[in-house]
Amino acid sequence: MITDKDASLSIANPHPEGLNGGQKLGLTLGIVGVGILFLAFFGVNLNALLFLWISLISMLSGGIIYGVAAYSSTPEGIKNTGIWFDGLSARGVIGWSIGIILTGFYVLLYWFPGMLGLGVEGAANTGLVALFDPLSKMIKGSVASQWFVYGTLYTVAILSLGVKFLWKYRHNRYQMIRTVVVMISQFFLAYFIPEILEGMNSSVAYFDKDIKNMWPLNYDFFDSWHLDNMTSSGNYGMFFLVLGIFMFLVFTPIITYFVGKRWYCSWICGCGGLAETAGDNFRHLSSKKLSAWKLERWLIHSVMILVFVMTAATLYGYFAGTDSIFGLSIYEYFKKPYGFLIGAMFSGVIGVGFYPLLGNRVWCRFGCPLAGYMGIIQRFKSRFRITTNGGQCISCGNCSTYCEQGIDVRAYAQKGQNIVRASCVGCGICSAVCPRGVLKLENGPEKGRISDDPILIGNDGVRLREGI
Amino acid sequence: MSHFVIIGNGISGITTARHLRKLDSEAKITVISAETDYFFSRTALMYIYMGHMRFEDTQPYESWFWKKNRIGLQRGYVEHVDFDSKSLKFSDGRSLLYDNLVLATGSKSNKFGWKGQDLDGVQGLYSYQDLELLEKNTNPYGQEQKVRRAVIVGGGLIGIELAEMLMSRGIPVTFLVRESLFWGNVLPEGESKLIMRHMAEHHVDLRLESELDEIISDAHGRVKEVRTKSGEIIPCELVGLTAGVSPNIDFLKGSALGLDRGILVDAYMKTDQEDVYALGDCAQFKESIGDRRPIEQIWYTGRMMGETLAMTLAGKPTKYQPGHWFNSAKFFDIEYQTYGWVFPEVREGEKHFYWEHTKGKMCMRFNYLKESGKLIGINSFGIRLRHEVIDKWLSAERDLDYVIAHLRDVNFDPEFYKTYETDICQGYEAHSGKKISLQKRSLQRIFGL
Repeated sequence: MITDKDASLSIANPHPEGLNGGQKLGLTLGIVGVGILFLAFFGVNLNALLFLWISLISMLSGGIIYGVAAYSSTPEGIKNTGIWFDGLSARGVIGWSIGIILTGFYVLLYWFPGMLGLGVEGAANTGLVALFDPLSKMIKGSVASQWFVYGTLYTVAILSLGVKFLWKYRHNRYQMIRTVVVMISQFFLAYFIPEILEGMNSSVAYFDKDIKNMWPLNYDFFDSWHLDNMTSSGNYGMFFLVLGIFMFLVFTPIITYFVGKRWYCSWICGCGGLAETAGDNFRHLSSKKLSAWKLERWLIHSVMILVFVMTAATLYGYFAGTDSIFGLSIYEYFKKPYGFLIGAMFSGVIGVGFYPLLGNRVWCRFGCPLAGYMGIIQRFKSRFRITTNGGQCISCGNCSTYCEQGIDVRAYAQKGQNIVRASCVGCGICSAVCPRGVLKLENGPEKGRISDDPILIGNDGVRLREGI
Repeated sequence: MSHFVIIGNGISGITTARHLRKLDSEAKITVISAETDYFFSRTALMYIYMGHMRFEDTQPYESWFWKKNRIGLQRGYVEHVDFDSKSLKFSDGRSLLYDNLVLATGSKSNKFGWKGQDLDGVQGLYSYQDLELLEKNTNPYGQEQKVRRAVIVGGGLIGIELAEMLMSRGIPVTFLVRESLFWGNVLPEGESKLIMRHMAEHHVDLRLESELDEIISDAHGRVKEVRTKSGEIIPCELVGLTAGVSPNIDFLKGSALGLDRGILVDAYMKTDQEDVYALGDCAQFKESIGDRRPIEQIWYTGRMMGETLAMTLAGKPTKYQPGHWFNSAKFFDIEYQTYGWVFPEVREGEKHFYWEHTKGKMCMRFNYLKESGKLIGINSFGIRLRHEVIDKWLSAERDLDYVIAHLRDVNFDPEFYKTYETDICQGYEAHSGKKISLQKRSLQRIFGL
């Protein structure tokens, strides 16, 4: 057999080239950092101030050292060697283990935060959450919540593995710039600025201050309590209310028209940021089958309809001053099921927990209603496309394999057709891994963007028709 | 209803079948392969070995595609063709009748009668079976122990691919090249040296002007070392023979079919037998087209021949009329594209302008007519070029002054990449003594609006 039969069950690469010293150091630091979190979780009494910093710095530097060591010893270029032989990236034991641990973490995070150590009914935090109290107090002057723990770890993952990604793609300036932007965006827009604002205005009721986390991805935006908290916070709250509406109603369609949905999905979005950095090792695990594409279209558009219906019901309740519609409780029948099934189960548990099993973009591809909304714009009214370069495709399949969104890029490229797909997040990896320089992400005139009559350059005798 | 039987499920045979189905919804189409159940991309074999892709990822169509399009697939090795009774005989005894036969049997690796060329651990790299064999030959003594050194014989595209593959598994490679330059029958010196520097960067032990004399066996019939013509002994446990490929037509030898090095065909890819056609790697054109070789062993030409032959089979006789030559490859991390003709030596009446980046990992060569300045071809290493734009330039017979002035239109690198047009333009000004006004990139020109 060509591919190793035992690859999927092996703990390690069956063709070990051995980790170099730097990689071992990075890995050890990472394990130390994560290990401290586990110790805290299991109730070991640690000096929070000291061990939190050791943990965060170990995780941050571990990923960075590992990345630099792994990629700088060979000349710059594509580094996909052994991806399908590795237990982590080829659904081996390590992959499954991490999948299970991540899934478990999300389950606790959403439904059993007490088990993570969140103090209930005024009690002090314990365990993992307590470990983060010093940092939370430093940034915003209050003890940590499970969401603060989550946000911190999420940001550390993007920063640490983002640097690893930068080293992996150091020959590719599109990837470098995109990744730096997504890292900055996560650190400042999603984490640092909202937490600081929270601390500076601790007397003001809570509302979301991550300006890029817009409706309908942030499905709470039009909730009564969220609207009330914003409108009751004077100009400060009104600013975020108006900006939030402006972002999805005006800003998003205009920018998406000019550059495609990538400006959001792979450049600034937090979900996208994690997928592109921490999830980079899993992008080849997405299904490229036609059946998966069909499922995708049903699912993502169903979620869009659900979020519209749920939001409409919520807004009706808000303005009509009622908590039921057609005799149905708006909370019980609309908000709660959406929050549970879509908000927590789909985007969190499956979306991230299943990275090592289904790929790093399950939520973005099958669920995210904001991606669905921008996808419709990208497909029908945008200047963005992936241009196929004449007749140079050799059908090798690297582009399709490494498309995290499961687009069968090759199916277009080998026909000489541009790729114009609602789901493309513009990560640019297809173009990077193409060995023949066939694919280019670009913005150009709408005329001729979708080539229904594809031409493979090079054959003067035959003009091809589309058919099968 | 005519029965079209195609032997070979590579790019040539499959393109023929697909396009025939587009043009004729009634035809009965059968594709026979001894190699694999389904069409896969041969050029991607290396990525399977390196762990970039699984075998199924190299198959461009899902298995339902063939049923949906009523393209019958048969696994089997055709041993004999009876052109009079229009029947095929398989090695397992089956037989099959055809009305029209298409021979798309591809190539086999060259073996030039070296001593020891059939020893265990000695192999070429062309087919899926070769890849399976390579997997075995990588760990001949069991999973735990890899071979300690491999020797590759023959400096072309497959050789350097094999080197990259083996080195991805941590196997040191000694690369014997008979000539004084790597791939010197295709690449001019500058490009060849650039690639050789890159090979050194990847720690390939490249031996120029080194010719294989004998492959020497251990006590068990397995390779233990090779000897070069200069008498040097190189211990190794794997030998890759990559000195080119030749048409896979042995099963047709002695039949009525007209053969030379390949199956002889006219411009319609018709052989000298009634209703029998040949295309792709195995076909040899009686009259070559322009500067093209009579046997074209390239992915793209196989595809184009298939598109053309499907027209003829569907009742619209069409000559193989390829447009401007193009090709591409990747040498470790450096991509190569070529458009039009650039030959290793400067031909009569032609002139070259060569630019190389200071870091020595990117270059471009322009071949043009000395008198008129007309562009003949471009080689590009490390910079992607836009096929459509160059194709237009070549058709419009643009001169090099125009090409250099509009160089920004032709760049196909990803967004935000550094560009080198100013540098190239200055180089050209120095080379030609002319003043060129470098134009801004124009979407109007690029997209032909």
